[in-house]
Order: sequence, then structure tokens, then C-alpha cells
Amino acid sequence: MKVVAQYLMVLTLSPLLLGVINRVKAFFGGRKGIPLFQLYRDLFKLLHKTPVYSRSTTWLFRAGPIVGLGAVLCALAIVPFSGRHSFLAFDGDLILMVYLLGLARFATVLAALDTGSSFEDMGASREVQFAVFAEPAFFLALAALARGTGQLSLSAMFAGLTPAVWQSAASVLALVTAALFIVFLAENSRVPVDDPNTHLELTMIHEVMALDHSGPDLAFILYGAALKLWALGALISCAVLPRHSASWFVDSGRFILMMFVLAAAVGVLESIIARLRFLKVPYLLFTAFSFSVLALMFQAAR
Amino acid sequence: MNGPKLLNHLESYGFETLAALDPGVFYRVASERIRAGGRAVAYFGLPEEGGTCLVLILGFDSERRLEAMSVSVTDSFHSLTSEFPQLHLFEREISEQNCLEAKGHPWLKPVRYPLKSGSPVAPGTTDFFQVHGSETHEVAVGPVHAGIIEPGHFRFQCHGELVFHLEIALGYQHRGIERRLIGGPDKLTRHYMETLAGDTTIGHATAYCRAVETLSDSKIPPRAEILRAIMLELERLANHTGDLGALAGDVAYLPTASFCGRLRGDLLNMTALICGNRFGRSMIVPGGTAFDIDPALAKELKLRLDAAFKDVKNAAGLLWSTSSVMERFEGTGLVSKETAIALGLVGPAARASGVRLDTRHSFPVGAYKLKAVLPADAPESGDVYARAYMRWLEIKRSYELINDFLYSLPGGPIFIEPGAMRAERFVVSLNEGWRGEICHVAVTDAEGRFRYYKVKDPSFNNWQGLAMALRGGQISDFPLCNKSFNLSYCGHDL
Repeated sequence: MKVVAQYLMVLTLSPLLLGVINRVKAFFGGRKGIPLFQLYRDLFKLLHKTPVYSRSTTWLFRAGPIVGLGAVLCALAIVPFSGRHSFLAFDGDLILMVYLLGLARFATVLAALDTGSSFEDMGASREVQFAVFAEPAFFLALAALARGTGQLSLSAMFAGLTPAVWQSAASVLALVTAALFIVFLAENSRVPVDDPNTHLELTMIHEVMALDHSGPDLAFILYGAALKLWALGALISCAVLPRHSASWFVDSGRFILMMFVLAAAVGVLESIIARLRFLKVPYLLFTAFSFSVLALMFQAAR
Repeated sequence: MNGPKLLNHLESYGFETLAALDPGVFYRVASERIRAGGRAVAYFGLPEEGGTCLVLILGFDSERRLEAMSVSVTDSFHSLTSEFPQLHLFEREISEQNCLEAKGHPWLKPVRYPLKSGSPVAPGTTDFFQVHGSETHEVAVGPVHAGIIEPGHFRFQCHGELVFHLEIALGYQHRGIERRLIGGPDKLTRHYMETLAGDTTIGHATAYCRAVETLSDSKIPPRAEILRAIMLELERLANHTGDLGALAGDVAYLPTASFCGRLRGDLLNMTALICGNRFGRSMIVPGGTAFDIDPALAKELKLRLDAAFKDVKNAAGLLWSTSSVMERFEGTGLVSKETAIALGLVGPAARASGVRLDTRHSFPVGAYKLKAVLPADAPESGDVYARAYMRWLEIKRSYELINDFLYSLPGGPIFIEPGAMRAERFVVSLNEGWRGEICHVAVTDAEGRFRYYKVKDPSFNNWQGLAMALRGGQISDFPLCNKSFNLSYCGHDL
């Protein structure tokens, strides 16, 4: 029962994260900002629209948003909630989770390539190029955690994280969290890797791949992006919130609060730094990779 | 006569004194003078009986001197572009407007709207450079853009993210203003001048009014001169501030983008406070200015200016002190000094590449005769950083100039009725707009009406600079480079 409630909470609260990021950025810019619940309204509006398809696209283009959203929904069923077990937890599920996110990316990239637009092709090329650097960092960070906790399931890994583990392996966990945070920014096309607010196609990565989608398809993409933000953010929140009380309500409340603190942190970060030039993005992702490798080495030496 | 004619800036000359040179002599003299450091200020074809009279006006900035020369041609002329790239757009324009063949021009294609074929062809339908190979690709952007900006077509020849070449096709905003001005001035002329490029209203209106005043031998009151200078510097201040904000926005740096967006509005409101229009429309009229600044208004302006400048200083300071911003600006969109000179770039873009040229300094008029303006000493690296920092230096100086001007407003009238324009004369009027050198050339007919009117917006010189800035750069840096130049489409398209 509780696992279903957790899952439903994730599905309903995810778009609010983007609302929080936007409001924090607006606050720093001296503006009032768009309403917190704007994404919900956008999704509602888009779902009632008729999609428009170019004559030159095929079923790949239509399948992209559906496969993308489906894959992220499945990945979310694996991601732990507040250090508690998710309903799809099994040994080795971390590999499935990473590859489900990879599948979502693959579907989006194929749909973008299917349009034949030079902008979308460039976006697809960039998305894949940066994924090459982000995925190893992600995998190795999880591997360090797996080795540290002796568990192979995401839920069990994070459930095993207690304040005592933080005390004994602070360096490992700090490095893992830092690596996860960089991957979190890159995978969710946030500053400094991508700029979700730009209208300039030539500088976009993720947004440009959605340019030709409309109506419910676009709603799926936007909702999928919000869910992915939650999925990767949840791993960070689980890592930095190791203490578990006996009460499910207290745990859940604290966890959700942590997710919004994380969103606010992203908002603050985006308000004070500029995005990197593309040539430098791999350096940032390689930093995350190095953090993961170091974490793994420290763990192995412990 | 077998040499160039020396001209004074803003002095009218009988058109007959500009005797046409022998074709052979013209091209030789023109080449010699450009090689000697001349910069093409204007080069245009004046229709005359049985052919076209090509007029070339060269500026020698360090010597503060203008030279003019002309030649009569019938159906073709000899292109000098291969040796002097700065002439390439002028020659294409002459060829297009006068149906002349530019012999030897390396890349002859329409500038705006080809009239040659008889039936007008839409802008952008022309040949483009192409790169072939298995890993090269072409990206076409525009003329319809994702943002609310003017139309222009950009073709990138790329290898992955690397740009080999960028070609820019404009002309979508062509309104035929120059043709409409012939036979003028009339009621609408001033309005056309103010909307040549909306963000350079004061710059173009001032250049036009000075041309008319010179042709009618009118001397405007000193108070009007100072008022014009205040308006021109306010325009510069507002646009540079807006551009710094837009540059920050392009690298997703929120604080400066937000501050400068508001501050540009504050500065435009100061212009509105003086004349009732945020862009300064209806302020500058032939004979002076239409609105005055009384002591109470001067005080209010001073207060607002100080407040705005303080904020701009902070907002701009954030750019230079934030390493993630500097990392994006430095080394992006390089234009070398040699390229800038060869292409005849003007304004802040040229100064950022180390070309010290400023019309306020080389050809000072009115208030700028009293207050010397030296070309700013910027980091001459020719990258986005230099162009952005140049804007900040100009903001600082405009602030100082406005302060001085507000304190030194002389008494007296702000307007005198200009007389009729003299017949068969011509005049060159230069003005340093916020983008760079504006050039207007007016030629009158036997009745003292405009026989020909030539407008050159600084964008006409600088678009090619943007194309060169992208060469060997990253395609994702295009918006940033574009913003660092921030050129006008309608000022180019006329």
C-alpha cells in the first residue's frame, strides 16, 4: 500500500520541482516568476491538443515520446523513496534503471533524427556525446555505493545508508554525492551544461530535440523530463538523508522536503553561474567520472 | 583634374566640382588612396543622363580628412573587391541598384532585392558557398527565427560543431527608403530617417538634419547642439546596457541579464522624459531640436542618470568578476585587427579589434568640438570579451559626457528655421551612432530638392565582421557572437 502511495506521490509532485526551480531563479532575477503549478496547466493544455506531424516523419517520431515516458515511469518504480524499498526492487536493479534512462534517451534521439532537421540532428549528436561521459560517471558512482553497502539493489543500498556509514565512509559518500549531482545537472539539461530557458536553437541540447513535437507528445516529453529530474534527484536526496525514523510519514515528509531543497539549490546555482561552452562540458562530466573512480578506490581500500 | 577632391566634413560643394575622372585614372587613384589608408565611407552609383556616376568617398581618420572621386560608367565597372574586401558590399549594391556589371567581383550576388532581372526575386534566393564531404553538414537558420527578432538568413558550413564558413543573406526588410527620399524632403522624410533603424533613431535623424542644415547654410543654436549630443549619448547608453544584459542572457548568467533588462528601460524612459518617446522620435528636427530641457528636468535627469549608472556599474562588474562568464567571453568570436581593417569595420566592433576609429573624434561636430572624445582604450583582443568590455567603456564615457553636457547647457533658442536647400550641391554627413559610423550623402537637384540620398548604417560595414568572427569557431557560439555585434537588419536593408 505504502509503496503505491509513494509512487503516486512521485507522479504528482515531480512537475512541482521545476516550478520551484523557476520561482527561485525568478526571485534572484528580481521577478515574480511564473506560477508554481504552471507545468501542470501546460500539461493539461497540451493533452487536449491535436498533435501535428510532418509528412517526412515516420512511426519512430511518434514512438519517441511514448517510449521515453514509459521508460522513465519504469525507472521510477525502481528508484527508492526516502530510503525505503520501491515496489520493483531486486538485486541488480541499478543496471536496469540506468539502462531504462538510456532507452528513454535512445528513443528521444531516434525521434529527433527522424525529423531530418539540422537543428534536431545537432541536438541529438550533443545529447549522445555528453551521455558517453555522463553514463560511466553514473555507473561507477553507483558501483562505489554498492561496494560500500554490499548491496546490489538501489533500495537496499540506500536503506543500508545510516549515519554510521556516513561517519565511517564520509569521503566515499561525499564523492559519490558530488558525482551524482553533476550527472543530475547534465542529464536534466540544467545550467551549466544546457540552458532550459534559451530560445536559441543553435545552443540547445535537450530542448532542440523536442522542437517538432506538439500536443500530447510534447506533454509526454515535458512530463518525462520532470520525472527524470525526480528520479536522479531522489538518489541524491536518499544519499544525503541517511537517518531513518520509525514513522513512514516523518520519513516521507523529510524526503519530499529534501527534494524541494535540492530543486531550490539548482535554482540558486543557475542564478549565479553561466553555462559552460560546449567544448568544456566533457571536462565537467569527466570531473564527475573522476569523483566516482576516487570513491570506488577509497571504498576498495577501506 | 586627375586626383581625388578634398572634402570637409559637413560642408556643401557644388556637384560639378566633383569632376568625373577618366575610368583608368579613377580605379588607379582609388586603389592608391585606399592603399594609403583610406577607408570607404560611401561608394554609390548616382544615375545620370546616359549612364551612372560612381562616387567613392574615402575617410582618412587619423588625418581627419575626406576625399571624394567619381567616374562615369555605362553598363559595367571594374571591381576592386579582390584587392580591397571592404568594397565588396558597396560594389554589390552599386551593381544591384544601377543594373551594372561589376567586372571581376569574386562573389557577385544581390544585397537586398535584385532589380536586375526585371522581375524581382525574393531575398535569399541566391547562390551560397558549399562544403562537400562525408562529415560536413549545412545548417540553415532563418529568415524566421525562434525569438522576436528581425528576419535574416544564415548558412553555416560545418564539420560537426566546427564552423568552416558562415554566409549571411539579408534583404527581407528592404523598404526602398532611399528611392522614396528622392524629390524630398517632405513631411515624411524625417519619419523615414527616424525609422531607418529604430534603435538608432537619434543617430540617423541627427545625420540627416545636419545634411539638410549644411545644404541650406543654416547654423543651429549652440543649445540645440548640446541637446542633440545628450540625446545621442542617452541612446548609446541605453543600447549598450541592453546589449550587456543580452550577452549575459546568452550565456545563461541570470543576474546581469535581469538587471540590464530593467536598466535599459530606465534609460529609455529618460529619453521619453525629454521628448515623450522612448526612442527619441520627433526630438531632432532640421534647425535644432523640438524639445528643451529646463533646469527642473535637468535635475531630474541627473538624479535618474546617477542612479541608473550606479546599477549598470554593478551589473557590468558582475560580468567581469564571474569566471564562468569570462570563460565564455574570452577567445570567442575572434576578429583580428588585420581583418577588421580589411573589411572596414566601424564602431565598437572595430575598436574592440584595435582599430582606433571614432567619428566623434575624427570628424567632431557641435558639442564634440567642445568636448574631445578619444577612441576608448579597450582590450584589443577582438573577441566577445573585448566587444562587451568596449560597451562598458562607452557606457562610462557616455555617462561622463551627459553629465558634462547637462551642466554646460548654454542659454538661447533651441531652433532656427532652416532656409531652402541650395541647388546642385552635395554634402557628406557623418555621425557616430551607438553601432558605429553613420554616413549620409545628400545630392540636390536644380530645384534644391534631393536628387539622390545615400544612407549607410554601420551594420552595412559590420555584418561581414560577424561572418568572419564565426570562422573556425563553434556553431553553438553563434548567438553569443551575434549579440556581441548586435547589428541592425533594417538599417542594412533600408
